[in-house]
Amino acid sequence: MRWSRLASLVVVMLALVLAGALAGQAQRSTTLPQDVQSLIEAKGLTPDQVRAAIQTYVPPGKYDEYLMFSSGGQGGQVLVFGVPSMRLLRVIGVFAPEPWQGYGVGSEETETILNWRTKDPRLAWGDTHHPALSETNGEYDGKWLFINDKAGSRIAVIDLRDFATKQIVQNPNAVSNHGAVVSPNTEYVLEVTQYAGPFPFRYVPLTQENYNRHFRGLATFWKFDRGKGRIDVSKSFQIELPPYWQDLADFGKLESYGWAFWNSFNSERAIGGTLEKKPPVEVGASARDMDYLHIVNWKRAEELVAQGKYTVINGMKVIRLKDAVEAGILYLAPEPKSPHGLDVAPRGDYIVVGGKLDPNATVYSFRKIQEAIRSKAFSGRDDYGIPILKFDAVVAAQVKLGLGPLHTMFDDKGNAYTSLFLDSAVAKWTLGPPYNPPERAWKLVQKLPVQYNIGHLTAVEGDTTKPGGKYLVALNKWSVDQYRNVGPLLPQNFQLVDISGEEMKLLSNTPVGIGEPHLAQIVRMDRVKSWEVYPAGTNPLTMRPDPNAVKAGQQRIVREGRTVRVYMTAMRSHYVPDRVRVKRGDTVIFHITNIERTKDAIHGFAIDRHNVNLSLEPGKTETVVLRAERPGVYPFYCTEFCSALHLEMMGYLEIEP
Amino acid sequence: MRSPKVRAGRGAVGMPLLAAVLLAASLVLPYWQLTLYAPQYPGGLRVFVHLTHVAGDAQEVTTLNHYIGMKPLEEAAPVERAVAVPVVLVFGALAVLSGTLRGPWRWLLRLPLVLFPLGFFADLAAWLWYYGHSMDPAAPIRLEPFMPAILGRGVIAQFRTVASFHVGFYLALAASLVALYDLWRNRVQQERVRVRIGGPAEVAAR
Repeated sequence: MRWSRLASLVVVMLALVLAGALAGQAQRSTTLPQDVQSLIEAKGLTPDQVRAAIQTYVPPGKYDEYLMFSSGGQGGQVLVFGVPSMRLLRVIGVFAPEPWQGYGVGSEETETILNWRTKDPRLAWGDTHHPALSETNGEYDGKWLFINDKAGSRIAVIDLRDFATKQIVQNPNAVSNHGAVVSPNTEYVLEVTQYAGPFPFRYVPLTQENYNRHFRGLATFWKFDRGKGRIDVSKSFQIELPPYWQDLADFGKLESYGWAFWNSFNSERAIGGTLEKKPPVEVGASARDMDYLHIVNWKRAEELVAQGKYTVINGMKVIRLKDAVEAGILYLAPEPKSPHGLDVAPRGDYIVVGGKLDPNATVYSFRKIQEAIRSKAFSGRDDYGIPILKFDAVVAAQVKLGLGPLHTMFDDKGNAYTSLFLDSAVAKWTLGPPYNPPERAWKLVQKLPVQYNIGHLTAVEGDTTKPGGKYLVALNKWSVDQYRNVGPLLPQNFQLVDISGEEMKLLSNTPVGIGEPHLAQIVRMDRVKSWEVYPAGTNPLTMRPDPNAVKAGQQRIVREGRTVRVYMTAMRSHYVPDRVRVKRGDTVIFHITNIERTKDAIHGFAIDRHNVNLSLEPGKTETVVLRAERPGVYPFYCTEFCSALHLEMMGYLEIEP
Repeated sequence: MRSPKVRAGRGAVGMPLLAAVLLAASLVLPYWQLTLYAPQYPGGLRVFVHLTHVAGDAQEVTTLNHYIGMKPLEEAAPVERAVAVPVVLVFGALAVLSGTLRGPWRWLLRLPLVLFPLGFFADLAAWLWYYGHSMDPAAPIRLEPFMPAILGRGVIAQFRTVASFHVGFYLALAASLVALYDLWRNRVQQERVRVRIGGPAEVAAR
């Protein structure tokens, strides 16, 4: 009896397994349903396009594999995309007011970040170029994001716990900058000037002689304090540079740790004068065949500062050019004709410079540079006394890629990808040993046309010590015919490229109609761990408990002379208090806490005619200070649709005459 | 050979002690769980009712409840929550004490522990009824008074609800059963002792 029962059980189990297997088989061997086939035919899609569509499709409710942080260009913001879907997930207000986030429209916290409390005039926008994710051991750690404002010589610090800007520092000695890059353990954020200015900054008549003598470039090493999450100006330092136009920079890593590199153009020191029939800068600055790669030992510079060998100028510690040369901190190496991008290979062994006006990627070897410095293989010194290393002594290879090579990123298989602006293409090429055997080294593999005028490109973690491969995004400056015309200001064109195989494949187009992004960085989604709600009563500026936060039951209005403090809570679907009466001439201070604990239970706070809008995410406390000047009764209300009774979430501010 | 009296005595304290420990342990665990499902809460909302407090998404549920004028969950059963810890400890102590006693005290003193889960259930039901029948008539959304489902499925506005006992309740129930089993086992043992020793007269003489 028992045996027969066991046997029947086994038979049933086997039948189930067989049925399951058959069902799986049936599913696998299914061809596309007829209606899907018809859709493909109706749209005239090629198999490659169908493959690309499936590859980039993220079904509703599913997540992307990567996050891409892109500069927002003249919008002054940071854009956050999901990759591979290329859906826009967030805009982060940085240098410009962003009303939805309540950024720079009434909140004390954000206006403090924007330095509107201290700086005059208020800068209402920024030109963001190069986002830089914080790194640990040369890999993205997903904690912080830095970005520059070229137009205001500023660097911003964004906290990735809440995807919000926390600090903006302005360079007191520089006019204009080009980029932010971080050292492998985020010890420093490096800001290099773009255009030279009088140094120290003052008025100097713009003549060639004055330019050569009084104008300077600057490299600023902003010290980042991880514990505080802030740039510490007192521990930052600058290195005075010749008045060439320093350009993109990168930090050395692994074997080149402790060094930094940036290139330059306009070593001609052209200053224009078009109305006086002098050549425009574009001509004057392109006269010579060579410009200078800057090679900098920042570890030694740090020691110099520790020894007190600096001059304080406008509150910044500056290592003077002469001292930098004397201490062996600064060297130059020739680089072909107005180069642009500069990128250090994953192992830190090669420095790749995009030729821009030269068809080559010029690759410098860090080891050769060290050897040349040791053996003093100098071809001379520039007008400012900086030793120039012999070109042949430091170059590992020149790889002819095509016209207008700019920026380079890397994959996990020993390949480099360089944007070709004039060719409107991405060039894939092989690095030399140890990435590839000598017979495969330094070879152009493929050129993929992109639409059009590519500037930067970015690959998955492609500027770290461990590139991820898989995807690359081309950030094209012109879209020309790629989209329906929407007026003469055309969107930028992001193009997603599959780099997982031997051959690059174009996957998708994404129009960007918010600004002209420059660089972007792609990070693995799991590295970024952001908050769902703020801890109750958090001040978004300090990210600590706000002393003015209140809980339910503690709401109140307190008058102190001509100042009225309102301790308010926001919760679905009412404010407490919802009636505030003040007198003309009073200063009214609202401390508002969203006491919700539920993800996405966000409230706004806007006051009619007072240029105020807050975004109060659950747990956040923010402060609004306003002068009661125009008597009247003004509604304040919730601007973020919160509930079925959202429209009822309002109150009145009475200003008595 | 061990004397039957000693064996009976030791067992009499061991089992009630176990029951008391089970009941005490239930203090840190939820007794009842209400899960609410609605489209905008893909993971559902969970309210855990402990003897001393409500936990989980209670704040969110209270926020939602204010639309129908229901009182805050956190304010329910204030007296019960305040005395829960001493009551549980006293009930446990009484049960342990009962193990050392004979006659009616033996079951009278452990009765509070035995009846505890039933008492919790009745109290919970009473509070649910009260909450469903004391809604503010000035609330934005008016509902007919109702009795929320204490066990199983229910529907309130766009929410589907599922209510069930939780591990704390089962511990209290286990404590109750252990105490009852101990009574029953002792009775049987005493019968045996009586039979082995001789007769009821002899037992009564001791």
